[in-house]
Amino acid sequence: MTKKRSQLIAEGSDWTLEAIAKYDAEIGRIARNYGLDCYRHQLEIITAEQMMDAYAAIGMPVYYHHWSFGKHFLETENRYKRGQMGLAYEIVINSDPCIAYLMEENTLTMQALVIAHAAYGHNSFFKGNHMFKQWTSADAIVDYLVFARNYIAECEERHGVDAVESLIDACHALSNLGVDRYKRSPPLSLLKEKARQQEREAYLQAQVNDLWRTLPRRDLVVEEAEERRFPAEPEENLLYFVEKNAPLLEPWQREVIRIVRKIGQYFYPQRQTQVMNEGWATFWHYTLLNTLYDEGKVNDGFMLEFLQSHTNVIYQPPYNSNWYSGINPYALGFAMWQDIRRICERPDDEDREWFPDIAGSDWRETFDFAMRNFKDESFIAQYLSPRLMREFRLFAVLDDDSKPNLKVDAIHNTQGYRTLRQKLAEQYNLGSSDPNIQVWNVDLRGDRALTLRHFAHQRRPLADSSLVVLEHMASLWGFNVRLEHQALNGDWVLLAERKTERRRRA
Amino acid sequence: MTVRIVDRRQDSRNKSSINRGRFIRRFKGQIRQAVADAIAKRGIRDLESGEKIGIPGRDISEPQFHHGQGGVRERVHPGNDRFAQGDEMSRPPSGGQGQGSGKASPDGEGMDDFVFTLTRDEFLDIFFDELALPNLVKRQLARIDEFKRMRAGYTQNGVPTNINLVRTMRGAAGRRVAIGGPYAARLRRLQAELESALDQVPPDAEEVDRLQREIACLKAQREAIPFIDPFDLRYSNRIRVPQPSTQAVMFCLMDVSGSMDEGKKQMAKRFFMLLYLFLNRNYEHIEVVFIRHHTSAEEVDEDNFFHSRETGGTIVSSALKLMVQIISERYSSHAWNIYGAQASDGDNWNDDSPVCRKLLAESILPLVQYFAYIEITEGEPQNLWHEYQALAGSQGGLFAQQRIAGPADIYPVFRELFRKRLV
Repeated sequence: MTKKRSQLIAEGSDWTLEAIAKYDAEIGRIARNYGLDCYRHQLEIITAEQMMDAYAAIGMPVYYHHWSFGKHFLETENRYKRGQMGLAYEIVINSDPCIAYLMEENTLTMQALVIAHAAYGHNSFFKGNHMFKQWTSADAIVDYLVFARNYIAECEERHGVDAVESLIDACHALSNLGVDRYKRSPPLSLLKEKARQQEREAYLQAQVNDLWRTLPRRDLVVEEAEERRFPAEPEENLLYFVEKNAPLLEPWQREVIRIVRKIGQYFYPQRQTQVMNEGWATFWHYTLLNTLYDEGKVNDGFMLEFLQSHTNVIYQPPYNSNWYSGINPYALGFAMWQDIRRICERPDDEDREWFPDIAGSDWRETFDFAMRNFKDESFIAQYLSPRLMREFRLFAVLDDDSKPNLKVDAIHNTQGYRTLRQKLAEQYNLGSSDPNIQVWNVDLRGDRALTLRHFAHQRRPLADSSLVVLEHMASLWGFNVRLEHQALNGDWVLLAERKTERRRRA
Repeated sequence: MTVRIVDRRQDSRNKSSINRGRFIRRFKGQIRQAVADAIAKRGIRDLESGEKIGIPGRDISEPQFHHGQGGVRERVHPGNDRFAQGDEMSRPPSGGQGQGSGKASPDGEGMDDFVFTLTRDEFLDIFFDELALPNLVKRQLARIDEFKRMRAGYTQNGVPTNINLVRTMRGAAGRRVAIGGPYAARLRRLQAELESALDQVPPDAEEVDRLQREIACLKAQREAIPFIDPFDLRYSNRIRVPQPSTQAVMFCLMDVSGSMDEGKKQMAKRFFMLLYLFLNRNYEHIEVVFIRHHTSAEEVDEDNFFHSRETGGTIVSSALKLMVQIISERYSSHAWNIYGAQASDGDNWNDDSPVCRKLLAESILPLVQYFAYIEITEGEPQNLWHEYQALAGSQGGLFAQQRIAGPADIYPVFRELFRKRLV
């Protein structure tokens, strides 16, 4: 023990900048030994208030101003002050360099945990996972946020806070239907944005005029034109459609819509890789800190404190517990990554049968492949093992509102494994949890009304709040907006309509 | 390779305050209502703290397209302890999507009141807003700075009018002694030598002559020390110190006869609060005396003052008499600054109003700093108003009255008062 003590990185629970730097160096060394590929990173020490602030602004270091962030801040502050919640220990930003926040209240152990979790765990995930590679540009996001904030502040000055606020309200309401799911958005860059913005304003306005060009030629148009829908193909990205096509919007309004849309797009991968990403980071802080302990760089006290908060994070309450609120992504993710390592290193017969490709393979290579090429849905479908289903004692419940009772579909037994795994994977499919609403048609020759169609999944209806959202849609579009859905007999019926009395301001 | 660590703790403090301000701006209506409710509950002296505000959850929700209840849903849950494949169970009554046994969701989502705390400044801001105070006054009230100039020793520079002669001369004398000291010592020695030279028989003329010349020379040098030097000048120093150090007593007089309903009392309460706030900025210690009256007056505590209801006629002079009596009993010394605030619906027994005027003019106004009267009525001014009208003319700066329909009308009553303090 006395010999080991000389190797300790630091002692005591109060952190100093030097101690943090030393921990970072050691953890970084071990991470490189494991072959983790990370962006450069930067650690920022912040206060609890700043942490709450970052919370409110969904973790972003710079963000435009909006009342809803004030609301989230107050909410967080209240709950924090009443002791109903602890603050997250960390927030990490997918940027290059990757920024990890350390809160000043944390003890030295917690800071080391955060460094391992965020600056190496999340960081390597951001850099490697295909979702992030495809949808985000880490080198440009901070610049873009700066651009966004300044642009919106400028708009507020020019057009008044109220006008900008109600526009952003509307955009936020539609933001989960403002992402492209299937094509890559072009990289964001401050310079390009600025250079092109003027050009875009002029161009967009010209484009919109196409909507009107048909008007004078009305008498020339023959019936077949009536059949033509606009857009020709349904558009699922409502904000995109509005930005490009709403006739009455001013150029600055289009730009603001674009900003909200772009930022929403940036977070899209995070929503789709929660289990994987958190599990990955948790696995690595666990592994890295344990390695530190094995090398004698940290003492038992450090490990006890670390394990205490680690076990809190990965606790999964059972379905009948008061604390139960769905499956804990940290718990499931951590367990899955641990399990994959186990399958690689110590496979049993069941594993060989279920995972012939990876049983007994090199765990680092398997990890790398899994981390890069999956998202939650496919990751679970691919790697959730029967053993884990038994450990979690998973069971699937079918709730069909046409039947009087709930039914247990599958449990953790031989007949149930595949069904269970497929159903759990489906649960993480954003495509089925967000309602599928698409722009179907614009009545070009009539009242320019916009028709949205809701393609129901599993007969699930829209919540009542949809009517309010429709209101926002109508304010953006500038004319009437209709929402249709498919009745049981297959006909499309009008669900709701919002009329707008909007006049172009002189 | 060392990592870059940035200490951001000093940056952007209150970064959230803009968003917070936006939030308050947006929900001003609801917050204003909440503040009004809070004022009804608060004591009039309780203006130093923030306020917890609740806003109905549905007003501040941020709607998005979501799925509602219904349709086919499939959820996977952990911790199976009793189910086998194919088991059926009835739906939990809460309509939740969950399981058979007792998991009820503790609260409906998002529909609870959104509760947060307004800071004192935000609270006052809204309070002032309602009262339509001019900005200058708002700043004056929200700020705590009443200064008094007081002596603070002496300085070496200043304006001629502030020269302190005694200090200057004392310093000059000291300097002369200090600088002249060595000369004096040598002079005494030479004087002694001269005397001994003169005592010699016969006197050593040459020696005497030398000593005398030397003495003359020394004396001339000593005389050359300036009597007063710019270096000696001392000026009295005065500095500004924050000074809320006097005491005041505030009389709240209110008619509690049957015609004063709850709304009128709330209006009166704001009137008293505003006066209190003003006094609070200017005096360190404030006592508040509550006098309510109908046909007879009595001194009560705050709670009774605002919340109990009496019926019957109205004799205003009874309250004024009681006020005079209390002043003479408890606040007669000159150490007390006396303020009076009277609220009524203007109803008074006809013969009584001239008495009131007389009492005010002769017994009360000479004693008080300010007396303000509000008549909370939407109808025609009542007889008390007409009587008081004469006072408002003759007693300018001391007496103010105003007829009030809404809270925004309160401020003009105090206009004179605030103007006085602002210059």
